[in-house]
Amino acid sequence: MQTSRKIEVSNKNLQHDEDMSTISPFRDTMRRLRKNRLAITGFIIILVFILIAIFAPLLTSSGIDDQVLSNRLQPPSAEHWFGTDDLGRDIFTRIAYGARISLLVGFFAVTGALIFGTFLGIIAGYYGRWIDMLISRIFDILLAFPSILLAIAIVAILGQSLQNALIAIAIVNIPIFGRLVRSKVISLREEEFVLAAKAQGMKNGRIIFHHVLPNSTAPIIVQATLGFGTAILEAAALGFLGLGATSPTPEWGKMLSDARDFIQLAPWTLIFPGISIMLVVLGFNLMGDGLRDALDPKMKN
Amino acid sequence: MSTQTEAPILKVNRLKKYFDVNGGIFGRKIGEIKAVDDVSFSVNKGEILGIVGESGCGKSTTGKAILRLIEPTEGEILFEGEDISKVSDEKMRQLRRDMQIIFQDPYASLNPRHTVEKIISEPLLVHGMNDAKKRKERVKELLEIVGLRKDHASRYPHQFSGGQRQRIGIARALANHPKLIICDEPVSALDVSVQSQILNLMKDLREKFQLTYIFIAHDLSVVKHISDRIGVMYLGRLVELAPNDQLYENPKHPYTQALLSAVPTTDPDIKRDRIILEGDVPSPENPPTGCAFHTRCPMAMDICKEVRPSLQKVDEEHNVACHLYQDE
Repeated sequence: MQTSRKIEVSNKNLQHDEDMSTISPFRDTMRRLRKNRLAITGFIIILVFILIAIFAPLLTSSGIDDQVLSNRLQPPSAEHWFGTDDLGRDIFTRIAYGARISLLVGFFAVTGALIFGTFLGIIAGYYGRWIDMLISRIFDILLAFPSILLAIAIVAILGQSLQNALIAIAIVNIPIFGRLVRSKVISLREEEFVLAAKAQGMKNGRIIFHHVLPNSTAPIIVQATLGFGTAILEAAALGFLGLGATSPTPEWGKMLSDARDFIQLAPWTLIFPGISIMLVVLGFNLMGDGLRDALDPKMKN
Repeated sequence: MSTQTEAPILKVNRLKKYFDVNGGIFGRKIGEIKAVDDVSFSVNKGEILGIVGESGCGKSTTGKAILRLIEPTEGEILFEGEDISKVSDEKMRQLRRDMQIIFQDPYASLNPRHTVEKIISEPLLVHGMNDAKKRKERVKELLEIVGLRKDHASRYPHQFSGGQRQRIGIARALANHPKLIICDEPVSALDVSVQSQILNLMKDLREKFQLTYIFIAHDLSVVKHISDRIGVMYLGRLVELAPNDQLYENPKHPYTQALLSAVPTTDPDIKRDRIILEGDVPSPENPPTGCAFHTRCPMAMDICKEVRPSLQKVDEEHNVACHLYQDE
């Protein structure tokens, strides 16, 4: 009798609290992100490039390899917004189609690095001991090389193509994700709610996918966004060195290297691809920084 | 208050947990911390065994080692007659249905990304309640049992106060009708006013569901309020184990006496003889020889420095590990 009354009393006490609607952590983050002007700027830059990439055929009238030799090295004009290159090709057309390549390279390289890096990082961080030792040393070895040198070596082994450049960039980025995830998992492993999950009788797989991984998404998302910019830059660097895309492909780095000889004669052949690379990378970096601020748990309450 | 039956639900035999201390260039083992050093006790069905001691004395480690959340170094843990200290991980996982834990910090022990519904229903799911509808029903039932509202289920932990969160933690522990719950300082992170609410809730639940608790705390008044029997720990060892009233009225071990003399009273006119202990607790990495307490004990004898006293019966149910009471 007394028992039930006590429970009722404590029930009543709790009825008084004001009705708050459910605030999910995701919506909370989005709200903070919207307030960050720089992040929005970055987001708009990226959006513009994505739209250009998607609607490239509608925005341009010529093809990527339409050579009009009588129109060589024309400065920007109403007809050719960004001018023409040494083979008389419209630079705006090539940049618009090049956006597709750069964004896809960034996307696939980051996705590949993210999947493998996260997987290895979780295994190393969660299970520890010798397996952590093994995976961490592999990461250390990969990180010991300058990333572009390692990418060159991988492309040299696999052969020159855009696809191989993409694989090389993904491999170079694996340890960056791996170390990030590993350190996050190690700190989460000591959290009481993970211990609680074990105490409830959950299997390791469930603990990893339902408790550890969802709580380590913040640094992964931030790194993925920042990594997008790096990957595009690395792809351009490989293209510039002649190890990425092959000739008619309008890859921005490749365009830069092709334009080297005309830097004084026709600077627009160099400036526009250069600015494109810079803007996309800037856009991703701004958004990455904004996401970091929005997701940072230290700023919560 | 005695709903005790004869067979102990849990029996801990010579439990030890040593943590390795690594150091030097190659990270070799250079020592060990004896967090729990040869602790034995048993818990009867339906009783609340309190374990007290100052911070760092190994009471939480004992609790977690019993559940094998920390792997014990040595010793037997008999749960319903079965030694669980060596069973396989999978078997242990299934046994966790019957043995639960309530954690100290209600802010850290709930996954911040899960709703209350998911937090409480997950243990149901992993122990075979596959019907989503049934789980939902049970979650609602549990929320009401611990004094929360049904519609709290869709919220996230950060929307609750400390006391409410601890209620969620209790609901999660109760989900699968456990037989034994280890309460690892469940109220020490809460406000005093909320503490009593949670303690009363836990007492009520014990009677309602015939639970057995091991109640770990450093707050003597909390332990006195809730426990049937109390064990006092010092430096990884159990120094005294006695029924609640006997321990508070007639403490035998000098450490227990000193501990109890430090409890403040509400009446300022009462003159008390406080026993002030000299020095600090020795390092568990290098505990004193013989009785761990002899370095600070006001009644230390020569034998205390050499021979470690074992926990012996001095009265009906009163056990103490001290040479003052040993008759050999």
